[in-house]
Amino acid sequence: MSNTTKLLQLLESDCTLKPDQLAAMTGLSVQEVENTVRDLEERKAILGYQAVVDWDKTDREAVTALIEVKVVPQRGDGFDRIAQRIYQYDEVESMYLMSGAFDFTVIISGRTLREVSQFVSDKLAPLEGVTSTATHFILQKYKENHTVFEKKEEQDKEWIFV
Amino acid sequence: MIDYSKVLSAKVKEIRPSGIRKFFDLLQDMKGAISLGVGEPDFVTPWHIRDAGIYSLEKGFTKYSSNAGLVALRREIARYLQRRFDLSYDYNTEMIVTVGGSEAIDIAMRALLDPGDEVIIPMPSYVCYPPLTEMTGAKAVLVETRAEDEFKLTPELLRQHISPKTKLIVLPFPNNPTGGIMEKADYDAIAQVIEGTDIMLLSDEIYAELTYGAHHYSPANHPQLYERTILVNGFSKSHAMTGWRMGYVCGPAPVIAQMIKLHQFAIMCAPTTSQYAALEAMQNGDGDIEMMREEYDGRRRYVVEGFNRIGLPCREPKGAFYAFPDIRPTGLDSDTFCERLLREEKVAVIPGNAFGECGEGFVRCSYASSMHDLEEALIRMERFLNKLRDEGTMKD
Repeated sequence: MSNTTKLLQLLESDCTLKPDQLAAMTGLSVQEVENTVRDLEERKAILGYQAVVDWDKTDREAVTALIEVKVVPQRGDGFDRIAQRIYQYDEVESMYLMSGAFDFTVIISGRTLREVSQFVSDKLAPLEGVTSTATHFILQKYKENHTVFEKKEEQDKEWIFV
Repeated sequence: MIDYSKVLSAKVKEIRPSGIRKFFDLLQDMKGAISLGVGEPDFVTPWHIRDAGIYSLEKGFTKYSSNAGLVALRREIARYLQRRFDLSYDYNTEMIVTVGGSEAIDIAMRALLDPGDEVIIPMPSYVCYPPLTEMTGAKAVLVETRAEDEFKLTPELLRQHISPKTKLIVLPFPNNPTGGIMEKADYDAIAQVIEGTDIMLLSDEIYAELTYGAHHYSPANHPQLYERTILVNGFSKSHAMTGWRMGYVCGPAPVIAQMIKLHQFAIMCAPTTSQYAALEAMQNGDGDIEMMREEYDGRRRYVVEGFNRIGLPCREPKGAFYAFPDIRPTGLDSDTFCERLLREEKVAVIPGNAFGECGEGFVRCSYASSMHDLEEALIRMERFLNKLRDEGTMKD
């Protein structure tokens, strides 16, 4: 595995690791780590650093839905142009072009069911080229980005000398 | 009223309990403490292995296995040893699945030792070898390995301690607590010293998979040492399976044939559920080993560099998951260092003398902890050392 891959894997699992820690873990120098990360950021291989939030543990109400969207691809632009018209909405959290029975998976979040439904009926469904949508509300998040959401039960610490 | 001191075995009474329990008691009631004290992986057993254990229960596989362990498991262990360490053992006559490596060490010693025999034990080491030796009536001959020799058992040290009564040499490498390893050249030298004798070797290789920068070399890999080697290994460290208590022992068939009697009468067989989980670990667990070793290796480099930076000289540990920094520059003895560090900065490490008197002047720090804990531990330890510098005890 290349040092860059290793570095990216470490950052993907925990982006709060500091350059000296990353250096020790990859065998690179601190300077090399900083240069590599800067380079990766500049060429957008690293697009950002985010916290994984469990909104259920906060006061903020949040609803997430996964929407299957069927569209008619456009001459010349294929799916990209219509995709762009969809993902530019702030409500869209993630969006993927899919193989199979439908074309896009659009993940959107809002404060209430109503807000999400309204987005689908007012903005997404009427878009030119969209032929159908199927909205699935997410009832519970178990795991996201390798992070498990439920509270982990820890084994009691008991005395042992190894 | 029974006077229990009179009914208890004199030999058992002579065994000293481990003295570091007080640290654990202190740690228990402490909020925000970081423990680098425990010698076990911080990983949970990989899910596919746990799942295999659960599945065996669902299917109702709850009966005894054969005394030596499930045939399928022994066959897979033999394949694993061949695949990963180039070792050949017959799973029918040269292998027993045991309750952890600890049981294997116990029954190996009881199968080999008679009163009057001597057992050479390199120190500092994990604590079980001297008491288990003494329970057989044999004598533990402790050999103090040195930091400047990377805590290896050197031929000179061995020659100084060997006698006509020497029956067994314990080889605890990769070593807990020092992280020292033995390589082929080291065993070449040992082979020369014991050539022509009947001295046996008990090689505790529980940390074999956690060897960094070099491939683990077992005395069983050595053509002149193979016939005298009893190899102990297990799943605790390699597959993060400490609580499952799964180990195994391989060696010459005549020795294994005697050991199996002890195992049979004391243990019957290793827990069946654990054996099914271990089977999965052997069949599909090599990737887990690599992943964990890679992770430990990063942490290892980080803490070793960190200790040296803050003023605790620390050699590169080449195996296991412990760093063994030298605390003599602080002017404190190991016990005082550990107790003050825990009370004043809430970081638990183990005094080196818990692993033999020659461990005095060192402390054992397990780096099987998260990077964030290691980072915080280093910050706190540096603050502690600065305090010692202010007090004037610490000399850089």
